[in-house]
Amino acid sequence: MIFAGIDIGSITAKAAIIKDNQLISTHVLFTGYNTLTASQKVFEELLSKVNISKNEVKTIISTGYGRNSVDFADKALTEIICHGAGAHFLNPEIRGIIDVGGQDSKAILLDNNGKVTNFSMNDKCAAGTGRFLEVMARALELDLDLLGEISLKADTPANISSICTVFAESEVISMIAKQEKRENIIAGIHESAAARIATLAAKIKIQEPVMMTGGVAKNIGMVKALENRLKCQILVTDSAQENGAIGAAVLASTL
Amino acid sequence: MNDKLVEKEKQKITSAKKMRDIMTTYYIDAMSAKENNKLVAWITSGGPVEPLIAMDIIPVYPENHGAMIGSSKMGEDLCMKAEDMGYSNDLCSYARTDISCAIVKGGPIGGLPEPDMLICCNNICGTVLKWYEIQARFFNVPLFIFDTPVCHTEFSPEIAKYVRTQIDEYIAFLEKVTKKSFDHDKMAEVGKISYQGQLLWQKVLNTTANRPSPMTAFDAFFFLALIVTLRGTMIAVDFYKELLLEMKERIKNGISIVPNEKYRLLWDNLPIWYQLKWLSSKFSDHDACLVADTYTSAWCSSLKYIDENDFLNSIAEGYTRIYLNIGVDQMADQVIEMIKFYNIDGFVMHSNRSCKPYSFGQLDIKRIVESKANIPVLMIEADMTDPRAFSQSQVETRIDAFMEIINQGK
Repeated sequence: MIFAGIDIGSITAKAAIIKDNQLISTHVLFTGYNTLTASQKVFEELLSKVNISKNEVKTIISTGYGRNSVDFADKALTEIICHGAGAHFLNPEIRGIIDVGGQDSKAILLDNNGKVTNFSMNDKCAAGTGRFLEVMARALELDLDLLGEISLKADTPANISSICTVFAESEVISMIAKQEKRENIIAGIHESAAARIATLAAKIKIQEPVMMTGGVAKNIGMVKALENRLKCQILVTDSAQENGAIGAAVLASTL
Repeated sequence: MNDKLVEKEKQKITSAKKMRDIMTTYYIDAMSAKENNKLVAWITSGGPVEPLIAMDIIPVYPENHGAMIGSSKMGEDLCMKAEDMGYSNDLCSYARTDISCAIVKGGPIGGLPEPDMLICCNNICGTVLKWYEIQARFFNVPLFIFDTPVCHTEFSPEIAKYVRTQIDEYIAFLEKVTKKSFDHDKMAEVGKISYQGQLLWQKVLNTTANRPSPMTAFDAFFFLALIVTLRGTMIAVDFYKELLLEMKERIKNGISIVPNEKYRLLWDNLPIWYQLKWLSSKFSDHDACLVADTYTSAWCSSLKYIDENDFLNSIAEGYTRIYLNIGVDQMADQVIEMIKFYNIDGFVMHSNRSCKPYSFGQLDIKRIVESKANIPVLMIEADMTDPRAFSQSQVETRIDAFMEIINQGK
């Protein structure tokens, strides 16, 4: 039996396919302006990649901020439940999840059956989200994907005191003007974002083992900064970004 | 009519229309006070209103007006006007809308009738002190401040004496402003009526312990207006008698307000006035009924301290020990009692940017409720009147996830 999950995030659209309880494949695209088109495209491209036709897929669950616009899904669930299910599927030992996506950061607690028992989420503020890193990368004229590696070369991370994305950007710009080393600025940015996310984790008393999911988990600098803050090891899988879609597909198989 | 419409019609609470009519009459009376040689006092929502009623003074509530402004989605504009005047956006949105409305005469009823005096009781917050001082200067009218110290643990003899003394000062103030002597017999009568009204309001709220619930907290937010504005009058007593009968009738006939009530929730803090409809259908779509709240019950929660036969003496304690003027541990105890009484599956807390005394301590209450009552707790960040502090898609994800968690646990 084949099941699919589609996660429409603020920046990227993700899809995952599960067959007989095994993850077959995943796919990622930029969401763009039209969430419905993005969901159709990411789903169709994934299907052709694995040579499966639409009518072979028994159930589809959509998730992410655009979950309700996926009109071909059988059900919409929030990314909180889906990230829980995805992490549990990939590693049943996981009890805590830090999910950092484009516009949300969340801390999630799981019980031993993979059920979400508590969560906390950033509010209207974008500090500590993928968007925050994107803004900083632009100010530093760097590709977002390079931030992680470069930050590892830092000797003294810069101190970014503002928690507001807009003010933090001004701080970064003034540091650039003072010719502060780029790697130190980036490491400072990661520490600032990690501090915000750690507060969410503390609110729900996060438990180990902890997994990081969402697109920002691909940033090694952010993972290290969070490990330092939370004083624990953080597991990251190769499919961290698609974890929500995987969870949606897992939950589709239980419908 | 098709079946669905008939069903919907049946679910409607018929007393709502009467309530609207009563409120319209109340505001018309207040607006035409001058023509009828009556005095108008502006008073805080938790203030001792009964002496005003006994003196035949019309009480007007800027906070009730704030709620009307919020529900008519006129809060943003009026808040911005106050900010243009130099007030911080950190200031309570009721205060901001009231301050700007006094000048621009905006809002759904074109502003409140001008006051002849102001009565400010700080049992609900400290902001009211400065807010009422500003309005006293603006309208150039006398201001009486009724100071109720916070009862973190107990109502000490010192607090009792201090507050009781102010009741006499309050009466002396009213006699001076009205140039009339205070009628203690009338006061005793008004006291009994006020007590009766609060008792009936409590009974109305208690009916939602029934499964399925005959009304939601969203209805209570609406029906609350009378116990706030017309407390101490027979109008409130008569209306709540009727409403109570209607609720009992609904229970008897099995009429629920949420069509397929599956989950029962408790709400904390003021309503998000400009999103009531959206929130109500959002929860209803999840088969969840907000059966009770800590807000509307604040107008009867200190009844146990009030002696209807010794009203003036006992309200010192009654008005001091209201929900917002007690310690966090006691607030949490009240919440846990409500969770048991109403059979609650989840607790929804509105962290209200405007209302500091209500929102401060919520994280502690959340923690206590999670550990003692063992139910999920959701925190929504917003503001009661200023829609700029509300983000719909963020709140939607939180509510959806919260309901998914409750559903998982069932």
